Amino acid sequence: MNLTRREFLQVLAAAGAAGFTLPGTRPARAARIPTDPYEVPPGGNISLLHFTDCHGQLLPLYFREPHVNLGVGGMRGRPPHLVGEHLLRHYGIDHPSLHAHAYTHLDYTRLAETYGRVGGFAHLATLVKRMREQRPGALLLDGGDTWGGGSATGLWTRGQDMVDAQLRLGVDVMTGHWEYTFGADRVQEVVENDYAGRIDFVAQNVTDADWGDRIFRPYVIREVNGVQVAVIGQSFPYTPIANPRHLIPQWSFGIRDGEMQETVRKARHEGAEVVVLLSHNGMDVDIELARRVDGIDAILGGHTHDAVPAPLPVKTPSGGTCLVTNGGSNGKFLGVLDLDFRDGAIRGYQYRLLPVFSELIDPDREMAAYIREMRQQQVTFEGETFPMEERLGEELAVSEDLLYRRGNFNGTFDQLICDALMEQVDAEIAFSPGFRWGTTVLPGMPITFEHVMDHTALTYPAVTRNEMSGRRIHQILEDVADNLFNKDPFYQQGGDMVRVGGLRYSIDPTREMGERITDLELNGKPLEPQRNYVVAGWASVQERPAGDTGRRIWDVVADYLRDHRNVAIRHLNQPRLKGVAGNPGLGEA
Amino acid sequence: MSSIRVRAQLKDGVTQVRTLISHPMETGQRTGSDGKKIPAHYITKVQARVGDRHVLTAHWGPGISRNPYLSFEFEGASAGDLLSLSWVDNLGESDSTQVEIA
Amino acid sequence: MNSKRRVLLKGTLAAGTVGVAVGAGVLTPRNVLAEAREAFQEGSMDEILKSALGSDHHEAGHVRVEAPNIAENGAVVPVSVESDLDGVTEIAILAAANSTPLTSRYELGEGTRPKISTRIKMGETSDVVAVVKNGDGLYSGRKEVKVTVGGCGG
Repeated sequence: MNLTRREFLQVLAAAGAAGFTLPGTRPARAARIPTDPYEVPPGGNISLLHFTDCHGQLLPLYFREPHVNLGVGGMRGRPPHLVGEHLLRHYGIDHPSLHAHAYTHLDYTRLAETYGRVGGFAHLATLVKRMREQRPGALLLDGGDTWGGGSATGLWTRGQDMVDAQLRLGVDVMTGHWEYTFGADRVQEVVENDYAGRIDFVAQNVTDADWGDRIFRPYVIREVNGVQVAVIGQSFPYTPIANPRHLIPQWSFGIRDGEMQETVRKARHEGAEVVVLLSHNGMDVDIELARRVDGIDAILGGHTHDAVPAPLPVKTPSGGTCLVTNGGSNGKFLGVLDLDFRDGAIRGYQYRLLPVFSELIDPDREMAAYIREMRQQQVTFEGETFPMEERLGEELAVSEDLLYRRGNFNGTFDQLICDALMEQVDAEIAFSPGFRWGTTVLPGMPITFEHVMDHTALTYPAVTRNEMSGRRIHQILEDVADNLFNKDPFYQQGGDMVRVGGLRYSIDPTREMGERITDLELNGKPLEPQRNYVVAGWASVQERPAGDTGRRIWDVVADYLRDHRNVAIRHLNQPRLKGVAGNPGLGEA
Repeated sequence: MSSIRVRAQLKDGVTQVRTLISHPMETGQRTGSDGKKIPAHYITKVQARVGDRHVLTAHWGPGISRNPYLSFEFEGASAGDLLSLSWVDNLGESDSTQVEIA
Repeated sequence: MNSKRRVLLKGTLAAGTVGVAVGAGVLTPRNVLAEAREAFQEGSMDEILKSALGSDHHEAGHVRVEAPNIAENGAVVPVSVESDLDGVTEIAILAAANSTPLTSRYELGEGTRPKISTRIKMGETSDVVAVVKNGDGLYSGRKEVKVTVGGCGG
């Protein structure tokens, strides 16, 4: 690989940084080396390359990490619930620096302008090739959320754009979550045809809803440099709850830790010397799972989009160690885990979560050509035929503010969606789902239709308008808050807090279900439990959503932007926080 | 087709039985599209036997899901033995089937 | 192949004839109706246990309840109950917050293992409680199952 070294040095000079510390190393040992950040000599004989939650993002983009990622109970202050300076201090990373920018929201706009875009499959492909050259036999693992949500070309081609990109990238093993929102038949079709003999789709926790038989292979064993390595798959356990069940009516999910233990035993019995779990549980669930199940050497995790620079070693029931990682999102990172396996045991490891800085890596020409040609295709979607690139490029408005989503509560792009919903369908209150995907738009940039799709593209886009009692609204907020802040991670469902427009409230994440949400008010007046309010929303998980307006969310947001041309988020509707002062998962916006 | 689907497999001396029954299991609490209460209609009893031997009796209320599932295990049967399963519901309807233990 | 076909045919014959079991005297309608009323009614857990298993005194332990932490569908919640006790004769499965808490009760023949799986309906978040009976008394296990509005994940 040829790094554009000239540009790289320019970037470092511009950032005023003499160098950077390698994440995951102790500050005392951390060398300041103003050199190639992708020069990572192998640290073992078994290498696993891991990316996850790319959400169909094939091109370089901006993605701001959260400034609110609260941990409660035993999760308080523990990775991944560290943001900003807390995260940098914990991992001994200098600021400002390339890595500080990759892992945190600090000085986001200024540093994004300095370091440029991240991710992109052509850049990822170059990095994967380079790692593979140094690491013969390395396996490339894809943790899922690859076909979407949040990808227009993914939605319009039913994930085919990403399937072909995965095959070109050389993915060896994958599991899934948003893939399932394309329907059971589509997933089966790809697994049985496109992936056959190339990509092993594994999931130990997906079964037939009637008889309980497994739908996919629970694991695959691959030989890496003479060592038998089992990769077990774990799909998102709450897919039929967080996403529409009617799309996968015959499939049942769940964490299934009992079956997981059984699966590990079986893989070991079959000869596996190293067992890794390719997981879409989310990091808190993975940590808890590692505490309950013996025999897993490492969990390469996703779902919660946490960019965690170093693995968390977790003690297993019999006193062993399981390394738990989480690999960020949106194609922004490539995880590289090297295991030193000798004489029947793992003697050491090295892990890097390499940020993919698009300016520092030459794009892979084949992948770049594929992406370009793919996007220039005509597609037919819901009876309409159009050229994808042209549709995506429409400039709808200009943003005066930084627009982002990720974080426990409303991001600025969520605010934009809520504002659009309230105005376009004439509602007093708007709800928008707490998805963790969605790219970032810098101030002054045109907001394109593609940006809107980055935040809204999914297979159940209906915009709804319903009357709801104040009591019901309160119940919904409590219910979602418990899915996020339950002290037992096995009762968490992933996803951030539902985004709200109009409504104001206070939240104490440390309390129990039913006691977290208080001070609900609308337009300065307390919300009345008995009164009905008009509430707009989208992405209902019901097959026939109540109050369906017949409009799709991307049309509602695009129409709003065309009407306004200039967008400023005057008021970011974040709740008043209680009980979390000093929490290391809380930073300044 | 029978309303009862059964799989009975012998493994290490233990017969594992899994069964699915087609039945609405109406609670009597739900309202139909015509605005009227849908009358209660649910299985009250399931019996499993091998010959004259009583293996299991399940007493069910309306809190069991639609198209009910039941699995259980028992010792002492041989491959080729016939397992019979029968159910009866609150309206007096019933069905039964037999399956050879494999 | 042949024996399979034979079983299938038998099943088919039995199928169309509603009332076979009743006709054969295995189950009489009168028994059926009496049992339908049994303990499948509204009431506190203790009241229900008294009428279902003869006592409301149960000791926690020796019973493992497996169920999802969060129900995929409140109308279909898979529940498995297993006990390490000998001589279990009865098992009851209750959903604590349901208006009629008792979902089902099982009488086990000799040689039948104390291991039952079924699927139950749950109206709201609550404990699923399983109580087993042997010669020494009643033992119980429980597991909380959350029933949620869903959505918003990912």
